[in-house]
Amino acid sequence: MLKQIEGSHAMAEGIALCRPEVICAYPITPQTHIVERLGEMVRTGELKNCEFINVESEFTALSVAIGASAAGARAYTATASQGLLFMAEAVYNAAGLGLPVVMTIGNRAIGAPINIWNDHSDAMSMSDAGWMQLFAETNQEAVDLHIQAFRLAEELSMPTMVCVDGFILTHAVERVDVPEQAEVDDYLPAYEPVQVLDPNDPISIGAMVGPDAFTEVRFLQHYKQTLALRLISEFAGEFKKQFGRDSGGLLRTYKIDDAEVLVVAMGSVNGTIKDTIDEMRADGIRIGLVTLVAFRPFPVEALRKVLVGPKHVVVIEKSLAVGMGGQLALHVDLALRNVAGAPQVHSVVAGLGGRPITRPSLHRLFRRALVQPWEGTHFLDLNEEVIAKELHYVRKVRRSGPTAENLLRRLRTGAQKPAAD
Amino acid sequence: MTNGTTSAAIQKLHFYQKGTFTVGNRLVSEADRSVQASIDRSNALTCGHRACQGCGEALGARYALDAALRAAGGNLIAVNATGCLEVFTTPYPETSWQIPWIHSLFGNAAAVATGVAAAMRVKGRPEIRVVAQGGDGGTTDIGFGCLSGMFERNDDVLYICYDNEAYMNTGVQRSSATPPAARTATTPAVGPQPGNVFGTGKSVPKIAVAHGIPFVATATVADLHDLERKVVKAMGIHGARYLHIHVPCPLGWGSASQDTIRLAQLAVECGMFPVFEAEHGVVTGRRKIRRRVPVEDYLKPQRRFAHLFTTEEGRKCISQLQAMADRNIAEYRLFDWEGDVE
Repeated sequence: MLKQIEGSHAMAEGIALCRPEVICAYPITPQTHIVERLGEMVRTGELKNCEFINVESEFTALSVAIGASAAGARAYTATASQGLLFMAEAVYNAAGLGLPVVMTIGNRAIGAPINIWNDHSDAMSMSDAGWMQLFAETNQEAVDLHIQAFRLAEELSMPTMVCVDGFILTHAVERVDVPEQAEVDDYLPAYEPVQVLDPNDPISIGAMVGPDAFTEVRFLQHYKQTLALRLISEFAGEFKKQFGRDSGGLLRTYKIDDAEVLVVAMGSVNGTIKDTIDEMRADGIRIGLVTLVAFRPFPVEALRKVLVGPKHVVVIEKSLAVGMGGQLALHVDLALRNVAGAPQVHSVVAGLGGRPITRPSLHRLFRRALVQPWEGTHFLDLNEEVIAKELHYVRKVRRSGPTAENLLRRLRTGAQKPAAD
Repeated sequence: MTNGTTSAAIQKLHFYQKGTFTVGNRLVSEADRSVQASIDRSNALTCGHRACQGCGEALGARYALDAALRAAGGNLIAVNATGCLEVFTTPYPETSWQIPWIHSLFGNAAAVATGVAAAMRVKGRPEIRVVAQGGDGGTTDIGFGCLSGMFERNDDVLYICYDNEAYMNTGVQRSSATPPAARTATTPAVGPQPGNVFGTGKSVPKIAVAHGIPFVATATVADLHDLERKVVKAMGIHGARYLHIHVPCPLGWGSASQDTIRLAQLAVECGMFPVFEAEHGVVTGRRKIRRRVPVEDYLKPQRRFAHLFTTEEGRKCISQLQAMADRNIAEYRLFDWEGDVE
């Protein structure tokens, strides 16, 4: 049913259609509206046969989901940012135990400095924990990916994160087609666990594993993610048959056929990039886009197929591996390793801590890739003036004070001497 | 007894064979006999585990879970925190557990148990009961947040803490349940104030009582009848329940493996470990001390306290520990024979 609806509420309604049996909630911006709406639906009876549990931390939220899932219930939770880090130990544990929990990440920056706005640092920090990670471009896709995520997670007995840009998606009111219950029931079979705690058939789960088998356990996790490469495409195909629209899959392409520059990005920024590409194509610039949906498993083969041909690939990402540079760019580089005629990869870090990624900035960036391509990592719209001043200051003064506060003071007051003196 | 006899004239009857209230099976009614004495007893934790000789935790866990399993009619799921119990019971491909059992992390046993209990409700299987268990480190330290949350939500979980007063699995480091003056690997018996620091630590049973949950009890492997009775009582109640069992650790305490029961008994009799129970925030019962002993009797057989017996400073520490025991006795009225009807 078509609705004009806030992204979080649309996702909540989509998740409810998946008939979750245990939902654990702990408040953290910007995912709160999702669990608030789910809690309301449990109270009103719109979502039946579901335990909604308010817990005291994110670590507990995921731990409760682990227990529920191991006992055979379909379990869901949501978090973001510091919350994801606080539950980090349980994130690895859910994956290691092979429990198909589905979790929404309302993508948000990680502090310090504390920041509630969107970037992808949180999801990227847990990318190697053994979860599948799917990034939504729109709120429609966010709804659809949750439905696919439960099916994927349960098919492989592997937890799955659906990553949605905080505020940009979670708080945006737009048109979303929320599916009907019968359609979702047709698409998503009941959860049949591969392991379950049951007094009628007692098993031990979570024994210590030594050097004799640990590598093999990890290998099988990795192997299952390689199976997911096929299943993600397959389930997206079945989704299209059932619901009549393209959502999910490993990646999507936009105007790539004759492109001499290709952009690679994840999440909601792809909309802005498409608009920019349309404008640049009107000016005769042959540019296209590859939208990555799956970051885990990372679709090396699929990416290689679409990236070979153009001269330049610009990777735009909302995360930074401090001391290394762009993480997604490194992944794209890996996909192109040892490929004859591979394009040059140009890394761009953009939109950190919620900084808007604007069309004018993208225009400048993409044109520069054609005439003056760069090495290393480029920081989009970096305020170089304020950085130069701060660097000059800290070279002169040993007790220069806290960096974040110094920068804020400079920006707000233009003060030459940022410290209290 | 005849009508008109004054209560003072009634001879109080205590069943005991040893220095405690322990009652031999043959002296009690069928219904009160130990689960372990029954030929058709349940067996949650079988032999073959890798616990040390004289392990108090293995004994406590076997009695507690067998009693729980029986009370639940065999419908029991156990969640285990990381620790000795987890490691020594599951040397895969062998497992000592005859019941469904899951180990997730060190600090989340209470939360995982909440999830299992929720799943049982939603799956329409409320007859399946859930026990979470951990050592003192997993309970009073790293798992405390999850534990308090489980209490506060009154989730339908019996949490059992096996308290051996330090992190034994990692090599005897101090926990918030380590008694003052005790030597551990991180509170060495050196310097002007050897051993664990006075004025530190916490009583999680008391904190559990403060949550107002339906049932809180402490127990000890020196009195297995009492332990079983408390487990059965806890299993008869729905909501959050907490059982704190004192389990001597020969390795960590530096005691002889055959002294486990004796030390557990001395801990109670000197007042260092008060045995009591509480319902909905109110203390409703205590195990009185029958033959009070000085704390020295309890401390002396343990090498973790050996440094206290060699110096004048150590003697002062013993007095301080005696004062702690005396405070426990006064607080829980453990040695008050007036009005005793037990």
